[in-house]
Amino acid sequence: GIPIRTTLDNSTTVQYAALLQQLTKKARSTVRDIDPQNDLTFLRIRSKKYEIMVAPDKEYLLIIMQNPDE
Amino acid sequence: MPAKAGDKRRQGQSRPSGGKAAAPRPAKAVSKKRDDDASTEAGEGGDECAGKSQAKPSDQLELTEAELKEEFTRVLTANNPHAPKNIVRYNFTERAYCPLSYIDHMAIHFSLNGNMIHKDSDEGRRQSIRSSTGSEKAPDETSTVTSEQAEVKDEESAGDTQAAEEEQEEEAPVTEEVAEPAEAEEPPPPKVAEKKLANQFNFTERATRTISNPMREKACQSEPTPREVFSATANQWIIYDAYMEELQKIEMSKEKEKPKAQTAKKEEKKKGKKLTSLESQQSDDINKISKAAKIVERMVNQNTFDDIAQDFKYFEDASDEYRDHHGTLLPLWKFQYDKTNKLAVTAISWNPKHKDLFAVGYGSYNFRKQGQGMLLLYTMKNPSFPEYVFRSESGVMCLDFHNDHPYLLAVGFHDGNVAIYNLKKATSQPSYKSSAKSGKHTEPVWQVKWQKNDMDNNLNFFSISSDGRIVSWTLVKNELVHTDVITLSQEGTMMKGPEELQLQVFGCGTSFDFHKKIDYLFLVGTEEGKIYKCSKHYSSHVLDVFDAHQMAVDSVSWNPYHLKIFISCSSDWTVKIWDHTIKAPMFYFDLNSAVGDVAWSPYSSTVFAAVTADCKAYVFDLSINKYEPLCTQLVVATKNNKITHIQFNPVYPVVIIGDERGHVTSLKLSPNLRKMPKAKKGQEIKMGPEVEIAKLDKLLNLMRDPESKAEE
Repeated sequence: GIPIRTTLDNSTTVQYAALLQQLTKKARSTVRDIDPQNDLTFLRIRSKKYEIMVAPDKEYLLIIMQNPDE
Repeated sequence: MPAKAGDKRRQGQSRPSGGKAAAPRPAKAVSKKRDDDASTEAGEGGDECAGKSQAKPSDQLELTEAELKEEFTRVLTANNPHAPKNIVRYNFTERAYCPLSYIDHMAIHFSLNGNMIHKDSDEGRRQSIRSSTGSEKAPDETSTVTSEQAEVKDEESAGDTQAAEEEQEEEAPVTEEVAEPAEAEEPPPPKVAEKKLANQFNFTERATRTISNPMREKACQSEPTPREVFSATANQWIIYDAYMEELQKIEMSKEKEKPKAQTAKKEEKKKGKKLTSLESQQSDDINKISKAAKIVERMVNQNTFDDIAQDFKYFEDASDEYRDHHGTLLPLWKFQYDKTNKLAVTAISWNPKHKDLFAVGYGSYNFRKQGQGMLLLYTMKNPSFPEYVFRSESGVMCLDFHNDHPYLLAVGFHDGNVAIYNLKKATSQPSYKSSAKSGKHTEPVWQVKWQKNDMDNNLNFFSISSDGRIVSWTLVKNELVHTDVITLSQEGTMMKGPEELQLQVFGCGTSFDFHKKIDYLFLVGTEEGKIYKCSKHYSSHVLDVFDAHQMAVDSVSWNPYHLKIFISCSSDWTVKIWDHTIKAPMFYFDLNSAVGDVAWSPYSSTVFAAVTADCKAYVFDLSINKYEPLCTQLVVATKNNKITHIQFNPVYPVVIIGDERGHVTSLKLSPNLRKMPKAKKGQEIKMGPEVEIAKLDKLLNLMRDPESKAEE
């Protein structure tokens, strides 16, 4: 997807956007495959360095990177 | 030449097969003679004169007459006289030289390698092609050749009967020669290709042909259908989505077909839609992601307040096992909004539908300092920021959610107005508001409560105010219509005013509560400390009066399970529990400070909580301890702060407490405070309310007995 608004540099944003969109699609597909009436609300990935939160919407994908709370 | 003639005659007679003598060829005369000599050598006999006297040559052989008559046979054979008769070859089988039985009599007199080639052979074709270029010469040459050969042929035919082998030999190659050129003539050059052998005498060539239409090629090609590569996955949910869309379309079409009786409603909807659409036109990128942003906000909050969230969900104070009859309140989130810092929380209410949503009304209890009011709706999922913010001119004093329509909020203001807020609409103004014309109260509205829809299916709610009026407001066709239900009057306070008017001093209602089951029955608490039991049906007369407190009754509340019990609290530091059939309170608690609010717990009939002006919260469980609270806890910072309200969450073991600083604190009840009656597991769920009632009854009986004894 095309990043509309970002607080990071462009290349990183583009990379994140592309990768996370695919992941979201996959996750949503998984969720809905199991039960079509279900839908993905939120996706949270916690890693060592960051915590990435993804909120999918019909048209948009909102991605937040946070430091994980200690 | 007579000798010759005689020879010929002899030959003619001796050879029966011979035909007519061919004309003597002068060229071959010598050779013939030689042949005659050769042939006659073999069977030479005496000459025979057939009765003719002839001149005898001198050297003629003298023969007797007998010899002369002797017949000599001459046989004409095809044998080669020169062929050897005694060829002997070595025979390997007999291992001896044996004579050959068959001897070849072929004698080749003359051989000549011809230069004729078949017309269809490669060389022939090549030559014919070549000769076609020089076709002028070719016919001439061939014609000369043919003429020569024709002569030869003629001569041949004449001398055909002659048995001369020499002639035969000569003829053979001649014929060969003739044949070959003739054949050479036959494969004519391609140009002069195979002449038709036409009848020379009576032949005309005529050819006809139909006019053949000129062939024209007409092609038509359709435009190639536009092609597109399409790929998709057919998952369960894609199929489901497709079906859902179909369903929606069908439903839409059905709605359009509905009779026009419902157009009124539709118009309303349209109006609503217009409002929303106007606002949505301002949307830009930020607004479009509002939904996602909301979720994210909540998630971020969860992250931030992660430990609190965990506590809320999972933490159960383990130390409660050791502390019998004692519980704690675990502080969870604190809700605050900077704009409400100066306002006091005047009302809290949980949304009946969304168990995590609660509304907080802000105003001021200070009579003199009356400012603006606010109405905020918070959700436990997002402690940082309220979900909805409404401003009002005057302080909000009370609020109530409608049970059936959880988006409708009835609000009472300090200036006596009431309003209805519709959360579904995006406006920040109330949908309906009362005004001086429509009968607002003259004093602050202390409590509002929704009622069931009246007969016309209109929404209605009650409000109570210090002006002594209990008013029922009905929403009729987008307007609030008020009806005075009861006008409170103080008993025995008919003052005699000037001009001997009997002024009725109105009692000031400060709180009321409707009975859960008996719809028309409700309680009113007044500023004088009395509690009136009233009925909707009687507008001027109260059913009963309780002398409850010395000071204003801040809150009355029916027990959610037990139908007879209610609780009241007052600024006179007391909390009392009553049975509405008995004048005296059943239980009485002194809390050492003005009690701001009291609330029954939704899960147990014997648990209730009270908050006081010294920032303490008290939780009582009558089934465990009748006289002392299970928990006394300082919940808010004490400096210039008072707790004003408390509410139990209907689902979660959480209470929210509002204070004068505009903060709302949420606390989790420790397990001891939530003890359920220990019954058999299978039965507990079904018997919930009854168990509670029974529990309370037991207590009451206990209470009553000693009281009756005491009375006695």
